[in-house]
Amino acid sequence: MKTNPTELKTVLVTDCGSTTTKALLFERRDDRWHQTFRGEAPTTVEEPTADVTIGAVNAFTEVQELSGRAIVNDGEPPFVLTTNDPSQGIDLYLSTSSAGGGLQMLVAGVVRNITTESAERAALGAGAIVMESVSADDGREDYERIEKIRHIKPDIVLVTGGVDGGATSHVVEMAEVLVAASPRPRFGDTLKLPVIYAGNAEAADEVVQILSKKAQVVVVPNVRPTLEQENLGPAREAIHEFFLSHVMSHSPGYGKLMSWSPVAIMPTPAAVGDIVQMYATQTGQNVLCVDIGGATTDVFSVFVDKAGVHAFNRTVSANLGMSYSVANVLVEAGVAHIARWLPFEISETELRDRLRNKMIRPTSIPQTLEDLWLEQAVCREALRLSLDHHRSLAIGLEAKREKGIADVFKQSSERYELVDLMKLDVAIGSGGVLSHAPSRMQAALMLVEGFGLQGITQLAVDSIFMMPHLGVLASVHPQAAREVFENDCLIYLGPSVVPVYPVKRQVQGALATVFLDEKEIGSVTTGAVTQLPTPSTGKGVIRVVPSHGFVDVGAGPGKTFEREVNLGECGVVCDGRNRPFVLPEPRAAAQRGVFSNLGLIGGGTHV
Amino acid sequence: MSKVLTPALAVTSRTTIRRRRDLPIAGEVLVKEGDRVTGSQVVARAQLDGELRLIRVAEVLGIPASDLPAALRVAEGDHVEEGAQLAELRGLWGLFRTTVLAPISGTVEFISSATGHVGVRAPSIPLNLTAYIAGRVVSVEPQRSVVVEAEGTFVQGIFGVGGERLGQLRILPISGTTKLTEDHIPERAQGEVLVGGHSPTSGALAKAARAGAVGCITGSIDDRTLRDYVGHDIGVALTGDEAVSMTLIITEGFGALPISERVLTTLGSINGQIVSINGATQVRAGAQRPEIIGPMVDSVNPHDIRERSLSVGARVRIVRVPYFGACGVIAELPHELGRIETGAMVRILRATLDDGRQVTVPRANVELV
Repeated sequence: MKTNPTELKTVLVTDCGSTTTKALLFERRDDRWHQTFRGEAPTTVEEPTADVTIGAVNAFTEVQELSGRAIVNDGEPPFVLTTNDPSQGIDLYLSTSSAGGGLQMLVAGVVRNITTESAERAALGAGAIVMESVSADDGREDYERIEKIRHIKPDIVLVTGGVDGGATSHVVEMAEVLVAASPRPRFGDTLKLPVIYAGNAEAADEVVQILSKKAQVVVVPNVRPTLEQENLGPAREAIHEFFLSHVMSHSPGYGKLMSWSPVAIMPTPAAVGDIVQMYATQTGQNVLCVDIGGATTDVFSVFVDKAGVHAFNRTVSANLGMSYSVANVLVEAGVAHIARWLPFEISETELRDRLRNKMIRPTSIPQTLEDLWLEQAVCREALRLSLDHHRSLAIGLEAKREKGIADVFKQSSERYELVDLMKLDVAIGSGGVLSHAPSRMQAALMLVEGFGLQGITQLAVDSIFMMPHLGVLASVHPQAAREVFENDCLIYLGPSVVPVYPVKRQVQGALATVFLDEKEIGSVTTGAVTQLPTPSTGKGVIRVVPSHGFVDVGAGPGKTFEREVNLGECGVVCDGRNRPFVLPEPRAAAQRGVFSNLGLIGGGTHV
Repeated sequence: MSKVLTPALAVTSRTTIRRRRDLPIAGEVLVKEGDRVTGSQVVARAQLDGELRLIRVAEVLGIPASDLPAALRVAEGDHVEEGAQLAELRGLWGLFRTTVLAPISGTVEFISSATGHVGVRAPSIPLNLTAYIAGRVVSVEPQRSVVVEAEGTFVQGIFGVGGERLGQLRILPISGTTKLTEDHIPERAQGEVLVGGHSPTSGALAKAARAGAVGCITGSIDDRTLRDYVGHDIGVALTGDEAVSMTLIITEGFGALPISERVLTTLGSINGQIVSINGATQVRAGAQRPEIIGPMVDSVNPHDIRERSLSVGARVRIVRVPYFGACGVIAELPHELGRIETGAMVRILRATLDDGRQVTVPRANVELV
């Protein structure tokens, strides 16, 4: 199989998800890479088939039928490799996977907002779901921690704690707690649990001695060598190696699937993270990307930190989703928060029962507009909650200026949130509720309201959720992945403009004037949400001039903001509601006004 | 192309049911292939590790970990009773004594020279795994699992709370369209599984549990009543471990939907018999629905339903507004996509509802009944 980028012309990539295996064909045509055909089939990792390769071959077959290209054969591997005839076969096969619940981890540290938090970032960045995190300062008694840990079955455990050269006793104690709890691995219960130690280097020998009674331990450099430094790379690599050797190889059929590709199978979220990182770094933009699924919501961000480095973070909100977990959004957000986004009145009982019925029949879809708006209201709240969660973990560390006895306490004041919506350049939405919203304007409004966007942000959706495929493709051919990402994957909706100002200010009328390519196209009015039409493709230079010295559109109070943006079919979405949202009463009527202005009600410019 | 099946909850009076009974850890299997078992019979057992208590002995005594051996009164492997002395430190002339006592009875599992901690493990907890359904053992994995097979009645609900229970089925003398109140619940229902009506009140559920019922099967429930019954809001459709004395299974959905005739007819034919029920629900990959399993009935019920493909003439129920809960017959299955009110282009079907209305709905929004 070919892996040299210059030789590649046809690449088949699958993403084996919990429910569906999606196969995409990427082809080089007319001097650029395209995503050309797509096939999908139910994932077959569960009983009675219990062999992931069956679903993969079914998905290959659908691509073959749609493309007319000979792909599947009866051999091993079960696909045709290209020879002299470039119209037949494939050059390379790649895959990502989140089937069987994905990669599930337990993390342990000493101080919650120092080492444990770094451990969580390492695990999440590697594409894991953190089932539980324990810290020496989490307020629980030892027996409570032990009781909690013994009932979970993680794939991998990551143990951290202490800075290099610091005290060793706490992290050694944590190792004892782990041994006492003795959690069993999810797969292959005759195997020892894989444990990665990434804590104080001086405690490594003692920790290994304690843990090796019950676990297979590898030691990697400390995720937190000093208070102000984080070093997540080695831990992430170790997680990936264990993922392949312990998780993938014990999942049904994965041994065979892995043998089909010269490139390691990637956890799906890790692949998405890679493509988001690549896009942000190469375009020099701050990017926020959300993938809202049926059970979970993943948030990825890349923001330039105070040291000028593109800092990547990923979080997963395990129980915020649009079907299986829809009722959990209801529980976490509350009825009032969901109902505030609806342009119609609904009783609490009706709202609750409708969402419960969605939970128990997750594949059903909204037929009426009201039912669609209810699901989209839930999406807004899932976005809000998952972004809150993301912000709490996407933390930057500022270098210390002096050393002293108060260093540990100073550390808390030197942590800062990386996510700054005023500095956000691009917001990308993925997942059925956003990618397949019947109207692109609905998707745009969900992003603006759900994230509570501020300033000027380019809005985009992932056309058919191909980011996992592009992430693993990027590991072989970064240029191909980027070309497809920008041309076939991202659908630009247009920019949103949201001026903000101090809440004590009373403002009426225009907040800012909007220019596109030097031509005035309209203004943002206090309290109103409107759409300014633009060409639906291409790029343009948007300039936004605040109407008052205290109004900030992204360049600072009273300052003009100007940048090049990708245009889209939603034009410029102007939101004159200040942040944080204080929605006027009666809310349904106010939201009806928003929907009406954007053409989502009453036969307006429905896009 | 993969075959697309439409979800349908099984309601059948004669089918083969297999249940795999797994020990969480290696243990002992007590039956062999071919044995006949009852639902309550223990088929395998294991010893679960008892709780481990970590006692910070050196810290309590105020000594470094390296000095702990001199203060210890126990060794690894010793059995200790709750309150027994683990360590003692005598002060000047023996006047001031500090002791550390065992917080639980158990075995000293480890003494850490690194931290000065002592771990005491409580006695193991016996786990007895029952067959859950009456039938025949068809396979055994030594130390691990047993598969029991039965021919019998099998009814799936749509959602439930509470785990496995065995009880005597009792069909309540009310119609499926009756809202279940306290008045419909018998004063004594010890060991019974009550069936009937819909939308039980909180009072009805509380009374049934007080009367000793081990299960309640009804058409629907409203979200608030469920919250009252379980004691908290259920966020994710992953149930079965709720601390309730009576397993609750709903067969149709949330709101006010009558229990269906097909469920009543099928369960009616085994009224008074012992059934196995489980409210555990997992609505995602490898979906698990709540279930009622009973003995086989000789005559095949005309209402028998198993998962199958949609076809013209098939009876369906619509599971989303604006026709939520309505039943009818499929009149047409167009090949082409159709646009629905939301603006989405989706696969649709046309159906004639029982009240005579002709409606178009997404195929994803029907289930076979």
